[in-house]
Amino acid sequence: MRPSDFTRRLLYWLSVAAGLLLAIVPLPDWLSPVRPDLALLAVIYWILNSPRIAGLGYAWLAGLFLDVLRGMTLGQHALGFVLVAFLTHRAQLRMRMFPILHQAGAVMLLLAAYHFVIFWTDGLTGHGYTGWNRWLPVLSGALLWPLIAAGGDTLTRRSR
Amino acid sequence: MVELSHDSRPIIGRGPPLAASFLTLSVASIALMVADKRYDQLATVREWLSAAAYPVQVAVDTPFRAWGWISGSFADRGRLRQENLELTARLRLANLQLQRFAALEDENRRLRDMRENSAGVADRVLVASILNVDLDPFRHRVLLDKGAADGVFKGQAVLDAEGIFGQVSQVHAKTAEVILISDAEHAIPVQSNRSGLRTIAVGTGDSDRLSLPFVTVEADLRVGDLLISTGIGGVFPSGYPVAEVTRVDRTAAATFALVEARPTARLDRDREVLLVWFDPPVTPAEPAEAGPPGPADPAPAGTPATESADSATAEAPQ
Repeated sequence: MRPSDFTRRLLYWLSVAAGLLLAIVPLPDWLSPVRPDLALLAVIYWILNSPRIAGLGYAWLAGLFLDVLRGMTLGQHALGFVLVAFLTHRAQLRMRMFPILHQAGAVMLLLAAYHFVIFWTDGLTGHGYTGWNRWLPVLSGALLWPLIAAGGDTLTRRSR
Repeated sequence: MVELSHDSRPIIGRGPPLAASFLTLSVASIALMVADKRYDQLATVREWLSAAAYPVQVAVDTPFRAWGWISGSFADRGRLRQENLELTARLRLANLQLQRFAALEDENRRLRDMRENSAGVADRVLVASILNVDLDPFRHRVLLDKGAADGVFKGQAVLDAEGIFGQVSQVHAKTAEVILISDAEHAIPVQSNRSGLRTIAVGTGDSDRLSLPFVTVEADLRVGDLLISTGIGGVFPSGYPVAEVTRVDRTAAATFALVEARPTARLDRDREVLLVWFDPPVTPAEPAEAGPPGPADPAPAGTPATESADSATAEAPQ
């Protein structure tokens, strides 16, 4: 038996909240641009793991809260999160069947879409930073994906 | 698994179709962005949301602060003594300089009074510490632990011990966001202390480099010149150090020289900064206000950051 709906819902909320917390934890300057978007990765993981629980609304709220935490224009991260959640929902039946490296590739595409949304809205609101290192989280997130998937699977299996 | 539909949620009670909720939420996000950026309508919403964010930011800040406190209280005696000696020496030196400055300031004030212009001298400061919270790695913003409750207002000047640090860009109930002078969106009017040349220093997104894009080739500016704030625009008090010129490249073909300066404030190492209240420059027709501007008082003369944002982003080498 899989863990109950309630447990999974709780785990989902907690993991996204932890991801949001880690999004503003201070890192050394050289590491800061590489910081992976853990909250978004958690959202992707839970949509793949239990699509009936992880809807778009909560993803949107998480993105909005990230906007507030980082003091960005309200709605920027919310738009990115909801786009990624939607694409993941559309692709989840296929993505769940992918081998892990293939899955990491798909996650990389999703993260690229997310960062493109942020980049684009940044440009529209006049914060254009065009350096190459703003795309680093796409890479670090994709590299981290196998770990997150393995960790999440262990967690959900243990709370059976 | 048989793929009947992309939407694998249960048929009963699944709520609106995926595409519909996606569209709704995207439109909501875009509407939020427009309302926030274009019309500045979301002050109260932001206030509420940032009240929710405050505990999170404090939760992130606390362990770092506690670590600083612990390592401070267990610092060994020798180091503390050494530090104490250094501080005493510096204080003696500073007091010595202060004696001279007190006389100079009086003289300066008298001279300014004669010209009916005594504005721009800081008359109230508040020490604020920077929360250990990372905002965006590509924007030079920090979060202070003082907010509207302490009388902080939007556009307020922020200084550190060595010079001008930045200005308040957003005020929440208990925190305030500060945009540093090195942010690529920030620009500050400056003046060379030696030649009196006035120009604008624009942030580059690099914490030890400002760019001065509007200095003509024949302008009197040299490496080593101290740039001080002019007080034009009413955001920053006048006469505080901003940066030191580190590079002046003149090519005969170009109209403008390539000038760079290094901020005197320790932008990337400060943990504590000063929020400053001062009398904004008054126009002769208007009587000077008594006391410092309160929180209800809007920022005088707007923020120069937004005024020159276009030139800043266009000029700043990324």
